[in-house]
Amino acid sequence: MKKLSARRRHPLAAVVVLLLALAATGGLYAAFAPASKAQAEESAQSLAIEEGKKLYSVGCASCHGTGGQGTTDGPSLVGVGSAAVDFQVATGRMPAQQPGAQVPQKPVIYTQAQIDQLAAYVASLGPGPVTPTEKQYNPEGADIARGGDLWRTNCAQCHNFTGEGGALTKGKYAPSLENTTPKHIYEAMQTGPQNMPSFPDTTMPEKEKKDIIAYVKSVNGDQTPTPGGFALGGLGPVSEGLFGWIFGLGALVAVAIWVAAHTAKAKKS
Amino acid sequence: MSSNEISHENLPHEQGAHGTAVAESPFADPGLPPHKPRIQDIDERAAKRSERTVALLFTISMLATIGFIASFVIFPVDKIVYVWPIGHVSATNLSLGLTLGVALFCIGAGAVHWARTLMSDTEFADDRHAIEATPEVKAKVMADFADGARESAIGRRPLIRNTMLGAMAMVPLSGIVLLRELGPLPEKKLFHTSWSRGKQLINMNTNEPLRPEDVVVGSLTFAKPEGLEEDDENFNNKIAKDALMIVRIAPQDIKDRRELEWSHQGIVAFSKICTHVGCPISLYEQQTHHVLCPCHQSTFDLSDGARVIFGPAGHPLPQLRIGVNDEGYLEALGDFAEPVGPAFWERG
Repeated sequence: MKKLSARRRHPLAAVVVLLLALAATGGLYAAFAPASKAQAEESAQSLAIEEGKKLYSVGCASCHGTGGQGTTDGPSLVGVGSAAVDFQVATGRMPAQQPGAQVPQKPVIYTQAQIDQLAAYVASLGPGPVTPTEKQYNPEGADIARGGDLWRTNCAQCHNFTGEGGALTKGKYAPSLENTTPKHIYEAMQTGPQNMPSFPDTTMPEKEKKDIIAYVKSVNGDQTPTPGGFALGGLGPVSEGLFGWIFGLGALVAVAIWVAAHTAKAKKS
Repeated sequence: MSSNEISHENLPHEQGAHGTAVAESPFADPGLPPHKPRIQDIDERAAKRSERTVALLFTISMLATIGFIASFVIFPVDKIVYVWPIGHVSATNLSLGLTLGVALFCIGAGAVHWARTLMSDTEFADDRHAIEATPEVKAKVMADFADGARESAIGRRPLIRNTMLGAMAMVPLSGIVLLRELGPLPEKKLFHTSWSRGKQLINMNTNEPLRPEDVVVGSLTFAKPEGLEEDDENFNNKIAKDALMIVRIAPQDIKDRRELEWSHQGIVAFSKICTHVGCPISLYEQQTHHVLCPCHQSTFDLSDGARVIFGPAGHPLPQLRIGVNDEGYLEALGDFAEPVGPAFWERG
């Protein structure tokens, strides 16, 4: 302390004090006045909503109504949330090509930035499930065995034991989850697209959704081993037995016919 | 059709002596076709070649068996390899299957080739002997039987005969009595479940009681009765009757009056067990409120008292009457009104 006070008359002392004061003021200002940043975020958000509304008017309004209120051709989008928009548009289901029992997956026609703008607009119509962050859906480190339990209780009845999908009534079907990303699986559980029931956080918490995603990816991923060779749709012994009877026995019958059709005689007649 | 058009081998002419029989009886036995030699019967070198082929097949089979044993020893059970076009498969399964398949196929192929090219292929007819026994044999059997009957004195001592018949008639009863050991009688178990008044609905996912606000329209939740834990000894027997499917339908969309009355603000609880043959049924379509059974496609309309709208099921799904207790959790207001699951004899 003595040293510091001894230098108080140093020619640069005033400059140092000034710099310290400036830094303190700036720091305090930044700490206590974040308004401008929030304002910037807000304006970015309203810009996204603005852009989203334009995209919406071109691509969606003909069925869902000019204000998302819904028409006879499409349901209301008030309160479906950004997660529903992200799922429907980023898997190519929306915009729908034609009415029918179920809207199928198609090539995606919007960029992720445009989808986010659309989602921002639809989310502004009413509160609903929010697009999950990677932290929410990344299945790294989740409990696969528990996910299997939950899968068999909640999902396997429609999507099959290994997520291969299956048929429902009158042309509807549960799609295969083979190429579905963890984010979209999470959003589907959250929002319940088309005829799929939703599994909201109140009855199936975030952690359990992660366990389920980890299970699906472990039994139905690119690297998933099928120890016996052909999985045959993961349907179990019925399809395997049918395959064995038709193709296994069929091959044996064909060999027997081939053997009997070729005479061993020296003079062919 | 003149005889010229009939292919040569279908005519019995070559049988020589029977040449004229055709005209007399068109159904006469044409006999066997004449034997024709194979190349192996004529050419010893061809026979040698066949012998070597058969031996080669048997040798391949032996090598494949050695390969089977080797792959059993070499590959760890959990080793996964990528094989085009099958994908990621277990090295053990693939190699064991291939080697055993080759070993068995080569034994079969060798045996067939051996029989076709080297074993005698001359055909001959082996006539059946007459079914009826000769009169001497018949007479001897009858005489022996009469002797036996006389020597055992069965006709003279009816006490022995009758007690023997009685003993033999009684013995099978022990087998019938043992059938009782197949299991306890069902008693009234099929009529009741674990649900009773005041039991909370426990979410199968979180193992926590459900609040009405947790269940949103369009969602699907499965519940079990309070007090039933997954590690209970008889959990599977109990859940087979208790399993509950909970959905929420906007009250104005519920068509059945009793269903609305038994719901809590549109939250309805139905048995998850199909009334046809008891499959777990929960393929719920949230827009149509239809529930489809994956086994035989029975379809129930959950917005109309779970009425059967398609398929072989004979009864609507039983509904559990629910309410909310003082702590704000969903609870049952009694057991199901009718037996859950498939119909049975005493159900009526």
